Amino acid sequence: MSDTALVVDQIRFEQRAYWRNPAAAFFTFAFPVVLFVILTAFAGGQTDNEQLGQGVKLSQYYTPSILAYGIMSACFLSMALAVVRQRESGLLKRYRGTPLPAWVLVAGLVGSAIIVAVLMTVIVVAVAELGYGVHLPASHLLPLAVAIIVAALAFCALGIAVSAVIPNADAGPAIVNLPFFILVFISGTYFPISGTLAHIAAWLPLRPFILLLYRAFTPHPAGGVWSVTDLRNVAIWGVVATVFAARHFRWSPRHR
Amino acid sequence: MAAIEVARLRKSYGSVQAVRDVSFDVGDGECVALLGPNGAGKTTTLEVLEGHLHRDGGEVSVLGVDPAHGSRRWREQVGIVLQGTAAEPYLTVRESLLRTARFYPRPRDVDEVIAQVGLGEKAGERVHRLSGGQQRRLDVGLGIVGGPRLLFLDEPTTGFDPSARRGAWDLVADLRRQGTTIVLTTHYMDEAQALADRIVVIAAGQVVAEGSPEALGGRDRAHALIRFRVAAGNEAALTAVSLPAPLERDAHGAFTLSTDQEVAALQTLTAWSMSTGCALEGLTVTRPSLEDTYLSLVRDTRTDREPASA
Repeated sequence: MSDTALVVDQIRFEQRAYWRNPAAAFFTFAFPVVLFVILTAFAGGQTDNEQLGQGVKLSQYYTPSILAYGIMSACFLSMALAVVRQRESGLLKRYRGTPLPAWVLVAGLVGSAIIVAVLMTVIVVAVAELGYGVHLPASHLLPLAVAIIVAALAFCALGIAVSAVIPNADAGPAIVNLPFFILVFISGTYFPISGTLAHIAAWLPLRPFILLLYRAFTPHPAGGVWSVTDLRNVAIWGVVATVFAARHFRWSPRHR
Repeated sequence: MAAIEVARLRKSYGSVQAVRDVSFDVGDGECVALLGPNGAGKTTTLEVLEGHLHRDGGEVSVLGVDPAHGSRRWREQVGIVLQGTAAEPYLTVRESLLRTARFYPRPRDVDEVIAQVGLGEKAGERVHRLSGGQQRRLDVGLGIVGGPRLLFLDEPTTGFDPSARRGAWDLVADLRRQGTTIVLTTHYMDEAQALADRIVVIAAGQVVAEGSPEALGGRDRAHALIRFRVAAGNEAALTAVSLPAPLERDAHGAFTLSTDQEVAALQTLTAWSMSTGCALEGLTVTRPSLEDTYLSLVRDTRTDREPASA
């Protein structure tokens, strides 16, 4: 079996296990989707002229921000928790003792997370378009896809990096959720942000991703639909996380 | 060529010296048991051989390769069953085995492996719904599905009920017949005796004895112990009997005689008994069991380790 076929195989089994694990599938997939539906159902039709500009509906705002939140959840959150779970249960150590190359194992985890991210995008975009009249121009599909793939990879790398500093499976959710929700709040996921908070958030990985998606969902964004700066900022986080993860990744449970 | 060669292996965790000096060889097709109490260094030794741990010193060769630099080709020939159970909880038994089988160039038939580890009825069951013993059997299945030339089993039967243990023993015997080289750790004496061609006893990070189950610790050459009682009043008459070793009295008042000439001693004693009419009550002849030998070996190391101040 070629290594490429082995990667596909790994993704398939990871996917199967993911959807059968109710806790993982609920918190990292269903929760963001439900949140999006609830938020837009409550306030989607309203406009917020002061914060968002003339005639921009809140659904227009929530679509990119909740989508970014969901993708971060599907990649960063679920990756960190999956790696810790597999490491602390001894699963990674067992794989380490087989001929399975390390990169194939990681590619399987990342590939599986990206499938979840893409699925989430399709659902959120469909609900936004059909339910709330949010429009995604066809010419914005490519920039949207590039932003999502780059961000999904970066958040996967961040998830794997964070897993290295989580000592055990019990500590996992607490350690991962703290930076996750701080990032989600200060990056303007639930309400528009400005001032100092916006400046800090701009240096963190989630805010530039939200801005990339916001451009894609805005018919004629100021400065065009592509933003090299935002894309670069997300990618830098991915590279830094990859270097950290490569150095500190552990295969065995901490107790030995 | 030996499948495994270990010479003067050392490994510490911080200030704790888990393995001080371990040397042994395993021949091709041989089954060797590492026997020892908890914390003796069995698992540490095994994990160095598996390539999971880096050693501090000594020479190690496994299938001709230093396991610290084991390649993918090397891993394809080595099966590992770790001490703890480890399988994806949300996949079924069959899926788990299929997934792992694909890592290997010439895997074994998955259904055959399922039958061999006795999980035929559980093939479609998700791993998190299996009992502890069933998960352990899956671990063994995952270790052999690649068709390894060399198999490491770290306490493969811990937590098994007696019939499951027998099943595991049959499995190991099958694999041996097929020519698989096996290194296993256990703290069950009967398990080592039933499975191993050779036993390496490890205590306090050192090899304290090595040999076949029959000969371990000089057990085959050890003195036999003859033990009997005589009716009160006949003790004095016994002192006139000429025996190959001196008679002693144990705590229960019985006579004991430790000798390597038990046949001659028995002839003398029984002839005396027949001619005087004085019965040898409760006559027994025993040799140290594997367990006696093992316990005395392990006890010796323990006393060695204590500071000689007292």
